[in-house]
Amino acid sequence: MVQLQPVPVTAGYIRPPMPRTLAGKIWDQHVVRSAPGEPDLLYIDLHLVHEVTSPQAFESLRLNGRRVRRPDLTVATVDHNNPTLGGYEAADEISRKQMDALRDNCEWAGIKLYGLGSRRQGIVHVIGPELGLTHPGKTIVCGDSHTSTHGAFGALAFGIGSSEVEHVLATQCLWQRRPRDLAVEVDGELPIGVTAKDLVLGLIAQVGIAAGSGSAVEYRGSTIRGLSMEGRMTVCNMSIEWGARVGMVGPDDKTFAFLEGRPNAPQGAEWEAALDRWRALASDPDAAFDEVLRLDASALEPFVTWGTNPGQAAPISGRVPEPGDETAERALRYMDLRPGTALQDIPLDRVFIGSCTNARLEDLRVAAAVVRGRRVHPRVRAMVVPGSATVKLAAEAEGLDRVFTEAGFEWRDAGCSMCLGMNNDVLAPGERCASTSNRNFEGRQGSGGRTHLVSPPMAAAAALAGHLVDVRDLTHLPPGEVVPERRGWGSGRPTPTLPGGEGVSG
Amino acid sequence: MKALRVHQGRMAPLDRDNVDTDQIIPKQFLRRVERSGFGPFLFYDWRREDPDFVLDRPQYRGASVLVAGVNFGCGSSREHAPWAIEDAGFRVVIAPSFADIFRSNCGKVGILALALPEGRVRQLMEVASEAPDTELTVDLEKQLVSAPGFECGFEVDPFTRECLLNGWDEVALTLRHQDAIAAYEEGRSSVQNGSTPPGSRLQSQHS
Ligand code: SF4
Repeated sequence: MVQLQPVPVTAGYIRPPMPRTLAGKIWDQHVVRSAPGEPDLLYIDLHLVHEVTSPQAFESLRLNGRRVRRPDLTVATVDHNNPTLGGYEAADEISRKQMDALRDNCEWAGIKLYGLGSRRQGIVHVIGPELGLTHPGKTIVCGDSHTSTHGAFGALAFGIGSSEVEHVLATQCLWQRRPRDLAVEVDGELPIGVTAKDLVLGLIAQVGIAAGSGSAVEYRGSTIRGLSMEGRMTVCNMSIEWGARVGMVGPDDKTFAFLEGRPNAPQGAEWEAALDRWRALASDPDAAFDEVLRLDASALEPFVTWGTNPGQAAPISGRVPEPGDETAERALRYMDLRPGTALQDIPLDRVFIGSCTNARLEDLRVAAAVVRGRRVHPRVRAMVVPGSATVKLAAEAEGLDRVFTEAGFEWRDAGCSMCLGMNNDVLAPGERCASTSNRNFEGRQGSGGRTHLVSPPMAAAAALAGHLVDVRDLTHLPPGEVVPERRGWGSGRPTPTLPGGEGVSG
Repeated sequence: MKALRVHQGRMAPLDRDNVDTDQIIPKQFLRRVERSGFGPFLFYDWRREDPDFVLDRPQYRGASVLVAGVNFGCGSSREHAPWAIEDAGFRVVIAPSFADIFRSNCGKVGILALALPEGRVRQLMEVASEAPDTELTVDLEKQLVSAPGFECGFEVDPFTRECLLNGWDEVALTLRHQDAIAAYEEGRSSVQNGSTPPGSRLQSQHS
């Protein structure tokens, strides 16, 4: 049965009660088959592919004599294991084999690949929106759990495993059970210096890392409306860190403005028609959610993680907590932290500004504004890894690369890099890092490495200070002034003049 | 995929909550392009830093049921995690709860990710610690877990159950609905994006 508009009806299919949520509407538009007791067979509009989770899928297709059904709806890039210095040549044999496999597989199937050296290469969740491939109302999948990032555009986007990658390659469909509808209402103005990253870290600290299991989350409320598209992407990106496969924001004029004119965005009359369709996607005013969580943005501070999962986070003004359970005890042992230590007293060896969470142009701008005219602390090795080659070029056109390199940061090529440390960008055992990425799991950035998740301005400030620090305590310093040692500051907080919040809180 | 109807085996207790897929299979092993051979790297970092790591104790050698804490398999979508678990000889993972993507991946790999109430998991954890020779029977047909002095029914997604019971290849299953997919595509290209399928410009533009 063809089921497109407005509500699918098949024999035996139970029509969802009107009114509907954003996720519900997109779901209904993509049901290919629905039968009692079975999951729905959902059509997938866009399949993003990268080198790490796809080789086994292609191999299995070939072994079974199958072909890729819709290479035209499939786009590939190299991001997870490529070196960020020295290009392909710098990769070891195993990594090359994986990149080569992707190239060969894309050639075999006729899939567009943005490989190393392409001006469009980059982290899969950064280039999708950048290329205008990510549209409101699309179903988008990728063999990567942060696919939820694309939900910032009002797409139903979620991560899948390699068997499902194979399934989508072969059928352009997936069997899925309808998720719960969960709303997160965020209201209140984000204080200056507090970013979308702090918002989502603060949320996870409050609700815990499994609260979103089984759910499609819609982020709503005035604060979310006020965020830039980049900020919304940061929030949706981290959905999986509290268990939700899907995180989304209803499309609005900001969404449309971001997409207009991009390479794969509809054009001309098609653009107008698309706008009409996209505007109709918003959750109906009286749509029922299975659960609603509320967050007051005005009460937030910059957040930092102290443990080994993203929910083990606290405001930067806080202290390492007393461990409440065995998990926390284990985390503190791994992190080599003592309860009661002020978070701002935690010294750092490394700083990483990058990842699909926080490596878009806006993130780099905000970090650069903190860094400008200052020096990285001599103890710290700091690096910036732009989210895509496009971001890198745009940042260089603005001179951001020089701001970073003159301060002592390394300026790298695009990729996932030390977000997961599959290439040689890794922490040494025992090294401690402030990172703008999304996971502080044990060993995530390198075996024995210790990760503190923070926002881009907080990472920049930490690089300068040599320890975790409240970026709002730095911003009142005259531009260029050396950042003083920890002792003596942090008390009275004069009105900050540098960015921090501006760009990110939009 | 190997079918799973009734499985009998010994348990290994991994008494930790929120075990993430980065721990199950660390990233340095994700560069392999093969699907098998991940078993030796299961929990690699934990095993390396702790010579007495539970799975390496002699009494748990050959165990085929992994018992763990809440939210097992959170984090990355890497199917390498269930591949490693399967390659290390496990067919069933029992925990109070699982992360969504991990649970779904298990079903595709032929592993049963079985959620039981926390108290029951705790009981199994104790049995596995105190009487490691105990054989647990997991009957997917009857949806029943049992051991001497222990019995517990369980819920499982009916579709996953069918696939596991029969060892079905999901792709083959879906390809039986080719006509429905083709019909959907026809409607889709005329409705979405005016008359042009969304991706169709992609090829000409960049190739
Ligand atoms: S940047 Fe990190 S989280 Fe994002 S896709 Fe790459 S590895 Fe995954």
